[in-house]
Amino acid sequence: MKYITGFAMFWWDFIVGDSIALAIGGLAVLLVAAGLVRADQQMAVQLAMPLIVIATLAVSLLRGDT
Amino acid sequence: MSATAFLVAATFLASAVEAVEALTIVLAVGLTHGWRTALLGVLAGSLALAAIVALLGPALVSVIHLEQLQIVIGVLLLIFGLQWLRKAIQRSAGQRAMHDEDAIFQREVAALGATPDPVKSDIDWNGFVVSFKGVFLEGLEVVFIVLTFAASRGADALGPAILGAVLAFVLVCAVGAVVHRPLARVPENTIKWVVAVLLISFGTFWGGEGIGVEWSLGDLTIPVLAAVYAVAGLALTSMLARRTAALRMRTEGAAR
Repeated sequence: MKYITGFAMFWWDFIVGDSIALAIGGLAVLLVAAGLVRADQQMAVQLAMPLIVIATLAVSLLRGDT
Repeated sequence: MSATAFLVAATFLASAVEAVEALTIVLAVGLTHGWRTALLGVLAGSLALAAIVALLGPALVSVIHLEQLQIVIGVLLLIFGLQWLRKAIQRSAGQRAMHDEDAIFQREVAALGATPDPVKSDIDWNGFVVSFKGVFLEGLEVVFIVLTFAASRGADALGPAILGAVLAFVLVCAVGAVVHRPLARVPENTIKWVVAVLLISFGTFWGGEGIGVEWSLGDLTIPVLAAVYAVAGLALTSMLARRTAALRMRTEGAAR
């Protein structure tokens, strides 16, 4: 049980760390990208992905996550 | 150029691109999390890769879906890179102490009332996972390159295709051995800042590729993404530094 908890904690710390905004933003990037690819918006997805990444980082910094 | 020489050159170049990507990640982990962590990740990634290749052989191409692997590894690198960049920006902007992780580690050790185990404290498991994934994914891509290049030219082509990949691997390892020392002299937070930008770039690229994004610039997209993220990171650092300084002035003014 101790090892399972430790394993789960490791991945929680790896993915969420101390800012849940970044984990949500990281997943949102791929969800939006998947939607745009499905709609065959190849040019839009190449612009949207880095923009959402930067917006995610900005939100996390401005929220003051430490 | 003969067909065999062309095949060796083609697999060499294609494999070298993947090997450089893996080397970038391993160097990044080595410089920030220690070489023991980085090399353990390389060893584990190589062993996992060798086991899969030995088990599946040429059937690998039809069994493993590279796209799904790219999505999982891409999103993890993206999130991990974002965490690093946020901390590096906060340090550069004066919002966080430069060596807060060392301080946290020392506090935890003191709280436990024990001296750190030199073997255990040498390995950073977050760094290990990043190094492992980088080597495993890029290694798998090299295997796919060798198998598909060889398959397009008949059964005799496997030997030259493997030779091209091995030459690329040896050359890239040699480059890594030469450049790791000068890189170690760069300040720690600067390295972490740059590494985070690279991880986010790889994460965006791989995650996108796995989902089906056809990057207009191919592999050249990675340095372009890195440049975009670096500019954004610098702008955010400057904005946060101004905000932190203003907050400090207000706090000091109120204290007087």
